[in-house]
Amino acid sequence: MRILKVNLSEYSYEIEERDDIEEWIGGAALAVKLMREEIKPNVDPLSEENVVVFAVGPFTPAYPLASKTVAMFKSPLTGNLGESHAGGRTAMAIANAGYRAIVIKGKSHKPVYVVVENDRVYFRDARVIWGIADSLVVARIIAEKEKGRGIRTIMRIGGAGVKLVRYACVTTETYRHFGRLGLGAVFGSKNLRALVVIGRGAFKVKDVKAYKEVYREIYDLALKSDAMKKYHLIGTPVNVKPLNTIKALPTRNLTSTTFEKADEISGEAFAEYNLGRRIACAHCPIACIHVATLRIPYENEPYFYRTIMVSYDYEPIYSLGSMLGVGSREGVLRLIHKVETLGLDAMSTGVCLAWATEAFKRGLIGENETIVKLEFGNVENYLQAMEYLYQQPNDFYRVLAQGVERASEVYGGREFALAFGGNEMPGYHAGYATHIGYLIGLRHSHLDNAGYALDQKIKDYPPPEELVDQLVKEECWRQVLSSLVVCFFARGVYKPEIVSKAFKPLGYELSEEELIRYGEETYREKLRLKVDMGFKKPRIPDRIFETECTHGKLEREYVERALDYWWSKYVR
Amino acid sequence: MPKRLVTVDLEKCVGCGLCVLACSRKFGYAGNDYSGILSVSLSGFERGATVIFCRGCEDPPCVQVCPTGALRKRKGEGVLYKEELCIGCKNCVQACTIGAIFERRDGKIAVCIHCGYCVNFCPHGVLALKEVKA
Repeated sequence: MRILKVNLSEYSYEIEERDDIEEWIGGAALAVKLMREEIKPNVDPLSEENVVVFAVGPFTPAYPLASKTVAMFKSPLTGNLGESHAGGRTAMAIANAGYRAIVIKGKSHKPVYVVVENDRVYFRDARVIWGIADSLVVARIIAEKEKGRGIRTIMRIGGAGVKLVRYACVTTETYRHFGRLGLGAVFGSKNLRALVVIGRGAFKVKDVKAYKEVYREIYDLALKSDAMKKYHLIGTPVNVKPLNTIKALPTRNLTSTTFEKADEISGEAFAEYNLGRRIACAHCPIACIHVATLRIPYENEPYFYRTIMVSYDYEPIYSLGSMLGVGSREGVLRLIHKVETLGLDAMSTGVCLAWATEAFKRGLIGENETIVKLEFGNVENYLQAMEYLYQQPNDFYRVLAQGVERASEVYGGREFALAFGGNEMPGYHAGYATHIGYLIGLRHSHLDNAGYALDQKIKDYPPPEELVDQLVKEECWRQVLSSLVVCFFARGVYKPEIVSKAFKPLGYELSEEELIRYGEETYREKLRLKVDMGFKKPRIPDRIFETECTHGKLEREYVERALDYWWSKYVR
Repeated sequence: MPKRLVTVDLEKCVGCGLCVLACSRKFGYAGNDYSGILSVSLSGFERGATVIFCRGCEDPPCVQVCPTGALRKRKGEGVLYKEELCIGCKNCVQACTIGAIFERRDGKIAVCIHCGYCVNFCPHGVLALKEVKA
């Protein structure tokens, strides 16, 4: 397989043919391997020594829904391993350019953006666009200047990445994100404004007839079965109403799990009143990207409107909606748009501001710190606070730009600072599996092991040890999916049997057992890398035991026993 | 009657690019190199997406500028591409006003031959085959 290595310190690149790595390895498994080779575990995440890997998989671009790219780096938010996945056209462009992975090393002396066009790499001057805060504007400028329309990806940072907000994201194709754990700040620290990849290419499959048959089977499964139905229609925000009903929707910094305005900001309501268009990641027939049309009048001139298109999903509706007590769709969309233009991670931003609002209410911080009065539901002030997160005009915003873990260390309010392993909480408070899942998940993401889904099925909890083993088993299988870079939303399509079958026409024989072993090995290797980077047993926020969830109030003892068991069995 | 690839409703395009992948797959390839169709956003996905492919000109400029006869007018609308005659001059790429002829990595070109294979993989009913006069 071919790996592209770009060195920003020397403005050089090399293309490596790696015959020593088996052809079917990709995504998360490959990224861990390359990180191991390229990075010293103890480096400062914002230093020249940090390394970024973008990896795609053996099914890209052969099969539909293998449309994710795995980014791996050392996270400036957690100080540990960072891993973030995004869709868009990134995976397709990297694969068609002829690479299984791209490694970015070093640091440019001055702002640049990098263009990869198949076998060539160009370093472009980005000084003129470095100061532009709006990620959409930067993307448009680059899109107009560079070629490759239709066969490229433009991965770029907004102002938050430039200003090193530790939960800044990298945005691709306007609406998809390497959102979590601060890849945007790593780009910023390297003086890298964008990475453009232009790819034209193809590979001949081993067995054309069988390939077309398996392709058809996967295509039909995705479209005609119920495997992806949830994403076909209302999209991920279909979760808002049911989570609210079962008391799992984090509201006002998780002081409540039901939100009186949940119906107003539900997926159904967005679909009925705001949905303007749907678009797809490359090679995905589902088109789950729901884009709302928002009309905002000019302040002082009648009959003038800005019309903006805002992509919405469950997670930003939770973090910028219920978590901040914002119950109007227009308010939620304006906050999402702000986060989108600045290039902030929506979840971390929402959780940080929710903590700040509660800290403000309790008098731990005042207007000297926050400059604007923070109160749940106040959209205008939250918009202003986001601007301050970007500009960092005082110590408070400089600290809040480092995440809620750090902010609560400095200003207090640890017990209601909702971070797990340093990563701000995702949008579920459904029970033990949810929170144990965040704590032991190797990315501290709800998608690592889907504990939140397990909680919605469980009636009586098994002993914590059993629950942990179950979550780890799921996470191991998800290592396979993220190594194939199959979208997790397509996990119902890509069952082990189909995965094994899909490999054959490409020339690889992999049994279901081998796949499962591959997942377990990736899990172990990733955890080993985390430990070498100084992984410590994560803190459990008190707040999760105070607020009722689907299963009533949770007991600390159960969660602690689970964490201790995981630590002694898997980490040590 | 010969058939030609047409768009039924361009506004429905979600930019998934499944047509692009179908086109190369027809020839046994995974990727976009052999594809005679391109999926693009309209200056960013906030404005939606569209597809670009041969629109079967009555008097095709690409045929006119082909020095070797690799591109010929098809019975009905569209062109025939004789790959073995193509010297890779790219005159046709320059001549097509809508940019519907694409450069392959081996120097030859990819152009839609109106076979309709992609229609089977257009999940949102953007593409169709239409009968045209011979």
